[in-house]
Amino acid sequence: MALREEIETPDVVVAQETQIRPYTMNFGPQHPAAHGVLRLVLELDGEIVERADPHIGLLHRGTEKLIEYKTYVQALPYFDRLDYVAPMNQEHAFALAVEKLLGITPPVRAQYIRVLFAELGRVLNHILNITTYALDVGAITPALWGFEEREKGMEFYERICGARLHANYFRPGGVHQDMPAGLAEDMLDWCENFPKFLADLETLLTDNRIFKQRTVDIGVVNAEQALDWGFTGPMLRGSGIPWDLRKAQPYDVYEKMDFDIPIAKTGDCYGRYLVRMAEMYESLRIMKQCIEKMPEGDIKMNDYKVSPPPRAEMKSSMEALIHHFKLYTEGYHVPEGETYTAVEAPKGEFGVYLVSDGSNKPYRCRIRAPGFAHLQALDFMSKGHQLADAVAIIGSLDIVFGEIDR
Amino acid sequence: MPGEALKDLADYIVEKLDGDVAGYSFAKDELILHTDPKALSHVLQFLRDNRECQFQILIDITAVDFPERAGRFEVVYNLLSIRQNNRARVKVSVNEDEMVPSVVSLFSTAGWFEREVWDMFGIPFSGNPDLRRILTDYGFEGHPLRKDFPLTGYVEVRYDAEARRVVYEPVSLPQDFRRFDFLSPWEGITDVQLPGDEKAVCPPHGWLPVNKDPAGNGGNGHGA
Repeated sequence: MALREEIETPDVVVAQETQIRPYTMNFGPQHPAAHGVLRLVLELDGEIVERADPHIGLLHRGTEKLIEYKTYVQALPYFDRLDYVAPMNQEHAFALAVEKLLGITPPVRAQYIRVLFAELGRVLNHILNITTYALDVGAITPALWGFEEREKGMEFYERICGARLHANYFRPGGVHQDMPAGLAEDMLDWCENFPKFLADLETLLTDNRIFKQRTVDIGVVNAEQALDWGFTGPMLRGSGIPWDLRKAQPYDVYEKMDFDIPIAKTGDCYGRYLVRMAEMYESLRIMKQCIEKMPEGDIKMNDYKVSPPPRAEMKSSMEALIHHFKLYTEGYHVPEGETYTAVEAPKGEFGVYLVSDGSNKPYRCRIRAPGFAHLQALDFMSKGHQLADAVAIIGSLDIVFGEIDR
Repeated sequence: MPGEALKDLADYIVEKLDGDVAGYSFAKDELILHTDPKALSHVLQFLRDNRECQFQILIDITAVDFPERAGRFEVVYNLLSIRQNNRARVKVSVNEDEMVPSVVSLFSTAGWFEREVWDMFGIPFSGNPDLRRILTDYGFEGHPLRKDFPLTGYVEVRYDAEARRVVYEPVSLPQDFRRFDFLSPWEGITDVQLPGDEKAVCPPHGWLPVNKDPAGNGGNGHGA
């Protein structure tokens, strides 16, 4: 009893102290750790985050509205501009959605090429995320090393479609053009050598004392919360739920691939880092299998109503010329219907809800971006953490504003 | 064709919810459940908690604008069950002045999705604790994804060097916004009959001469 009285006395003293008013701070939109144009309004109690209110939309371009005014062919490049870190993965979702409504299946070789480049996109995305994340928490070397390797991957993009970023390569009905000679060999070569870089990267981070101090037990999300907040992709797997659309609802040739789904059980920032790291090894496995198993054959459908005829044929065939003209002015008419088609993009489930009214333009094209749901959870993830931890959490969310703001 | 299992699940849901689900349909093998705003929360809670359903992830909330329909907006909830590996879509039709009950208490992720639907379509969600605009500019007016909102918008911004700040002005288009009509006249004209149009109607015996070619290649000179 005496002890309780002793505790009660200092309470009075505390009440007499000046109350610290919650401090509101603007984080971003011009902050290097804000990963683009995130404006975060933080309410701080000293250095403890009490509330985080992300203000998004600073990169809003009205993609969904614009797509309603474009033909299906013209709508595709908008998808490169969503998550510009892994552009082809977004195109994949749109191409699959249109193919589903049209009721067509692309040739097998095209499916292999798509899977190959979707996985390359995943590796590129994870390199960018892990290295900039490390930069946020104080390690600069991974970024310097990582961007060199990433550039090699971007060169493969350039060789297959002519552009480093805005590929416009996965088309409904196949891919734009075939792989140039020698690309498969070079990519296989890269896949052989890339694990060495990953091992180097891991020596910098995985057992790094500072990196672990900054990430372990920070932003913990348990499995139930992950489901409640609509997490997908590495964010969900980081919380111990083995869920991957490539396995569960395989599209293209993913069912023929042999790969594993890495998960982390801790649900903290470090766990999500480990998941992304392990996923890169799996992606390399898939890429190797794709190159080895890839059959010869067409890379886009032979139906000129959907995919353009070869240029050589247009020089001599009137019909081919007309088809080409019609395809690039009017485009194809997609039968009435609707679909929600999703792919496992590097950041999580990227879905396209496409409603067609039978004309040559989508009636409604809803883009479901994984980062949107993840960023929303920032408030509850950073509550009670230090300000510097909020930076680590943002890094582990893997957000890109192209897709969040659309 | 939709899988038998999914069909059984749909029947099960309709039976269990007894009147709350107006019916179901399939679009490209994807299950769509139709309900009304009053029953929405109950339906979503059932879909989340029932052992046979377990749609624990609310993937997305969006809306589609059909200005010509009686219930103008269709609010669409995309659900995912990772236990059963199923997807389901719940649709609610509402009018412009109607409220939709918020499902934030069921799925925390609904908060921002509802904010976005409010911002883009102007559909209010009753019970959402934080129904601010989310993607559009501070002080923006109108709801851009409505079909009657022009693609160009109403205002544009520029930096005014004299005022030394960003100013908002009404949109001025140097050239009128053009929308091309791609309907082919052969498909588009259905009511006006011009001379020669009767040729476009397939005769009852078909285009090809009957029973002349047993292989069915026809006689049009192009082969099969």
